[in-house]
Amino acid sequence: MSSFSLVAAALLLAGVSAAARAQDSGGDESRGKQLYVDDGCYECHGYVGQGSSVAGPRVATLSMSFDNFTRQLRRPANEMPPYGETALTDQDAADIYAYLRSIPAPKETAKDIPLLNR
Amino acid sequence: MRQTRQPGAVARRSFLKGATLVGAAAVAPPLAAAAPVRPAARPALPIQLAAAENREPPREQPLTEGRSGGDFMVDVLKSLDFEYVCANPASSFRGLHESLINYGKNTGPEFITCTHEEAAVAMAHAYAKIEGKPIAVMAHAVVGLQHASMALYNAWCDRAPVFLMVGNSVNAEMRRPGVEWAHTAQDNAVIVRDFVKWDDQPASLQDFAESAVRAYKIAVTPPMGPVVLAIDSELQEGAIEEEAALAIPKLPRSTLPEGDSAAVAETARLLVAAETPVILADRLARTPAGIARLVELAELLQAPVIDQGGRMNFPSRHKLNHSGRARPLISQADVILGLELNDFWGTLHSYRDQLHRSSKLLTRAGVKTVAIGTGDLYLKSNFQNFQRFAEIDLAIAGDGEETLPALIEAAKRLVTDDRRSVFAARGQKLAEARAKLLAADRDDAVYGWDASPISTARLCAELWGQIEKEDWSLVTGTTFTSRWPQRLWAMEKHHHYIGDSGGAGQGYGGGAIVGAALANRKHGRITVAIEGDGDLMYSPGALWTAAHHRIPLLMIVHNNRAYHQEYMHVQRMADRRSRGLDRTWIGTTLREPFIDYAKLAQAMGVYAEGPVSDPQEIGPAIQRALAVVKRGEPALVDAVTQPR
Repeated sequence: MSSFSLVAAALLLAGVSAAARAQDSGGDESRGKQLYVDDGCYECHGYVGQGSSVAGPRVATLSMSFDNFTRQLRRPANEMPPYGETALTDQDAADIYAYLRSIPAPKETAKDIPLLNR
Repeated sequence: MRQTRQPGAVARRSFLKGATLVGAAAVAPPLAAAAPVRPAARPALPIQLAAAENREPPREQPLTEGRSGGDFMVDVLKSLDFEYVCANPASSFRGLHESLINYGKNTGPEFITCTHEEAAVAMAHAYAKIEGKPIAVMAHAVVGLQHASMALYNAWCDRAPVFLMVGNSVNAEMRRPGVEWAHTAQDNAVIVRDFVKWDDQPASLQDFAESAVRAYKIAVTPPMGPVVLAIDSELQEGAIEEEAALAIPKLPRSTLPEGDSAAVAETARLLVAAETPVILADRLARTPAGIARLVELAELLQAPVIDQGGRMNFPSRHKLNHSGRARPLISQADVILGLELNDFWGTLHSYRDQLHRSSKLLTRAGVKTVAIGTGDLYLKSNFQNFQRFAEIDLAIAGDGEETLPALIEAAKRLVTDDRRSVFAARGQKLAEARAKLLAADRDDAVYGWDASPISTARLCAELWGQIEKEDWSLVTGTTFTSRWPQRLWAMEKHHHYIGDSGGAGQGYGGGAIVGAALANRKHGRITVAIEGDGDLMYSPGALWTAAHHRIPLLMIVHNNRAYHQEYMHVQRMADRRSRGLDRTWIGTTLREPFIDYAKLAQAMGVYAEGPVSDPQEIGPAIQRALAVVKRGEPALVDAVTQPR
């Protein structure tokens, strides 16, 4: 097995256990919110995960699985910079994931906001 | 550049200077005798000048003059119908400066006082994009041109005409000792020659007249660009020797380069036969006619248009405006027409900025690509703004706006009833997709609507709510605000948007906003701008120019308190090296202290509010500022915002 595969397998295992924590509220939303800012996620995705058409997509009310989330962090499929374990531990990832999942959908729709109907 | 010729006859100033020196030498007392006369506190003055300043010049020396070379230069500038000349004052063009304000009565052109040459050029750059013609700029020899150089590069990349005159003192004998030598060059324009279309250093007044008219003609001929004339101080300050011998050439009525008719006909055949054509436009619409022509072509074919935003090319809410769906449309296209694209390669490819850089062709096999534009007509090699070479099937050298009527007529002749039915069906699908796109953009804007710092979507929606019923003009780029204006606003007219800096050189905004507003003022338009905080700090003095000349404009500072693009770049490096992210703010942020842009503006006489970080308060702040703008004054709102 190549070193790459070993790392990937380790990440996968770590991801699975972290995923279980996040999805059953094991991740710390509050810590995740702080990490989201401290680790610069907001720079591309906005302080409340609203996203940007020129920087990074919306991550508020995230619907992707934790496995996919971790995979995107470690080996991004697109322009996103890769976040290694040194920069962002699996626990950090789980906490950020928990925070993103906790962001509520907007109370209003665009149709409820007059400024967005002009 | 042509070398300056030495005037054949002894110029008046040369004669005077020579007479002064001869006279001084003839009557100067011995140094020992002169010494007590000179104040001890001014030892740096050259001895002969210090001695001379205590005597009257010989009575035969004339000390005043009537009509000067500068006056004739003003006649030339008036013949070219310059409305303004933007400048930071400088001794190397003092002769022309005085002629402009007295002989020229400071009108046509009017002197606009600028606090930095970069702002002066940026003003001319943006003015030209609104008004369709250049204004003049003056810059000090050597140092002023160096200040101006960044802004000239932006104008060059953005294909905007700027007419810049730089002072100089060619004749070494005529230079005052000291600073004037440091502010003189054998060849001023060498530092900007790689990014101006043409430059010259005329050696006589007649030469100036011809060079000025030539420079103007070159600047406004597509591809447009900046030009530089070095104007010798002796020519400006000396008397006119033979007025009757001087003549100002007529500016010719120039036709614009139009694409080859056979190639245009071939393009029409491709477009009419295409099932999934896409039209892209970048710096296409030079005038309002450019928009109307692109609409006519798109509607004829019922083809989607992607407006890349170098200019206002296509109405933002038109059912055929699919700028928000560029990638899927390009991927599916069987014919792609690019009109005045700055980067055709980048249009056809995705590019991944990871440790291993990679790119991917987006198009499908067999796609036909056609480019119409003036980019191939004039290039220079050093600066690489011409972008990566794109494989294109047919490259038509010609002005896009000028070529469109022939393309439309050629396509009309080919459209059969069958094709018309196909087009109608395609148009129906595109209309439905466009409606969904607008709905999706509005839904996106809801996220972060009540957040603080203020979301760029909220900021843009609040501004739109205040100006939609006015005749407005947005004069700053929209990339850093996630292109919300194009996504939420109804942008239709040529002056509704003028693109960005062109060269992405920071410092464009301050001057450009004022220059565009100067052009908009006589039309009674409301000029609005969303200016980056970092960009404004390069040339904040432009605010003073707006206050001094009572140029109405609303500048909203998109204050994300960082050089945010660079913040993201440094974060990318830290991620790549797994070194942690807690220090990437160093060198990339504008904090400790935060900059108070309202106070900055107020200090220069501009009405200002802020910092505003509550989204509920940004609308009322904009409303109050617009009331000031409608009274004919500039105003600024400092909005603390989300990064993008």
